[in-house]
Amino acid sequence: MTTPATPPPQAPGQPFQQPQQGLGGPAGTYASPIPVRSPGLGDAIASEWTKIRSVRSTMWTLGVMIVLLLAVGLLSAFAVGASDAELEDTPVLSLGFFGVLLGSICVITLGVLTISSEYGTGMIRTTLTACPSRSRVLIAKSVVFFLLTFSITAVTTGIVGLLQTAMLGGATPGGDDWLRATVGVALYVATLGLLSLAVGALVRHSAGAITLMIAVVLLPLVLAMFMFSPSLADLQQALLEYSIPSQLAAFYDASVTPSGPSGWEPLWIVLGVTAVAMTGAFASLDRRDV
Amino acid sequence: MIELDGLTKRFGNKVAVDDLSCRVRPGMVTGFLGPNGAGKSTTMRMMLDLDNPTSGSVRIDGKHYRELREPLKHIGALLEAKAMHGGRSAYNNLLCLAQSNRIPASRVSHVLDMVGLGAVAKKKSKGFSLGMGQRLGIAAALLGDPEILMFDEPVNGLDPEGIHWIRNLMKALAAEGRTIFVSSHLMSEMALTADHLIVIGQGRLLADTSMADFIHENSRSFVRMRSPQQERLRDVLHGAGIVAAETGDGALEIDGAAPEALGELAAGHGIVLHELSSQRASLEEAFMQMTAGAVEYHAHSEREGAQPPPVGPHWGDRWTGQAGAGSGDGPKGA
Repeated sequence: MTTPATPPPQAPGQPFQQPQQGLGGPAGTYASPIPVRSPGLGDAIASEWTKIRSVRSTMWTLGVMIVLLLAVGLLSAFAVGASDAELEDTPVLSLGFFGVLLGSICVITLGVLTISSEYGTGMIRTTLTACPSRSRVLIAKSVVFFLLTFSITAVTTGIVGLLQTAMLGGATPGGDDWLRATVGVALYVATLGLLSLAVGALVRHSAGAITLMIAVVLLPLVLAMFMFSPSLADLQQALLEYSIPSQLAAFYDASVTPSGPSGWEPLWIVLGVTAVAMTGAFASLDRRDV
Repeated sequence: MIELDGLTKRFGNKVAVDDLSCRVRPGMVTGFLGPNGAGKSTTMRMMLDLDNPTSGSVRIDGKHYRELREPLKHIGALLEAKAMHGGRSAYNNLLCLAQSNRIPASRVSHVLDMVGLGAVAKKKSKGFSLGMGQRLGIAAALLGDPEILMFDEPVNGLDPEGIHWIRNLMKALAAEGRTIFVSSHLMSEMALTADHLIVIGQGRLLADTSMADFIHENSRSFVRMRSPQQERLRDVLHGAGIVAAETGDGALEIDGAAPEALGELAAGHGIVLHELSSQRASLEEAFMQMTAGAVEYHAHSEREGAQPPPVGPHWGDRWTGQAGAGSGDGPKGA
């Protein structure tokens, strides 16, 4: 039971000694010996870090992403190297594109699961009971998820890029090319993951939110391919230019279309969309019953 | 101390909790009793700021839940077993809660040992039985050593040893001066643990009373008499101004008269008695009668109330046979 036999000299190392009230003792108000201090965002981040590292789905989604980035990136470099085709003016780093596009599906999955799995298990009630500030929970989840996926994507794309340039000759990528193909791509993919997290908070259902996000990534491009009518030409063009694969390709200067976002522009677009979705996610978390 | 003030929750047109005002006091176990669907869980979720009240408010030690700093150190709650991520170990499930409230990690092992899950701390909670899940939920509630503890149907899924354990745990926690708020739909369970009782039905407050008062007021006591000279006995009672109700099995039930007086009355008239016994209605019955009132109030007349119609002469025998606690549940009163 909770009542130890010896009186408590409240040593700082043992802050959890139960107070000495016998079971039949006076029924005053209970005062816990644990001091109450103002918790901060840091505590919430520590908590979310424990959550994300202690479930297997994190290891699986991020592990699969790393494998995809490495395997697809190196296979395409190997294929280009083995064939007689010259790279000519195609940047070497753009060979990493398909790996990143496939890997982004893993990031989307993890982003959604970061919050929707709590709704699936009922853990969200426990989480919000422990930390009633909805904004703090949402920010802590976002920070942990973003930093984790950003660093893994940046490091992996860097390694893939180095291996690709070592395997193939061609034009040497400049500093800005390197920056966009690693940090730029990692920022974009991690922000896309944040968008998924926001959608997960809005939809509250893992499978539904993942399906929705995959549709957001793939559907515009697929739809555009089937728009043969001339009256839809403008829409087709817009879908091609602003679909997520096209935006991602812009980081490699290898966009599907000559016009559309280029340079760092895709990042600002995805940041804007994510900010709107996050505001919605916060409003939903704040107002709706859990 | 938890204060509920005019707490109301509507889901569309359905009123789940209807203008509930009451206080949960420290130093005792307060039972929160109501039939399934009475609004107990909704009320508890509103107390924890998980559901937003349509109107009214809840104060925990004078504060709204969202104003609590490190809430786990004020209030610990067991809402549903397994409100945890199944893929995470029991230890990690509690560790992430502890971290968000600056509770040292050593406390996690301590509470896991306390509820008897120390040996399976590193196991995934997915594989836990309902009883183990319930114990893990209780460990989570105890994590911050809080002054207020809230348990929603804590004995669900526990084996007899576990039920015994949780009863003693709640009593011991209350004796330390904590506020214990525990919901149940079983009156018999509450009678064993609760000091105070809050009864709701259809979201409305039906009773807010001490357990002793509830027992005193609600357990109807009456005297049962059986005689081969039934007709004469009835005339004699009638002559003495005593109202006797006939039960289906040929006995008489008399409210508000001492068995001694009735025995002497019968002897005075030379009536042979085959039975003269003092009976007490069970608390379960009193509870059902009380909540049935709420049901009838809302005109859901189809639902079976506390007083089912007599179903043959031997129906009540089952109950009266139970040592002093049962009573004929057949027609009562005249």
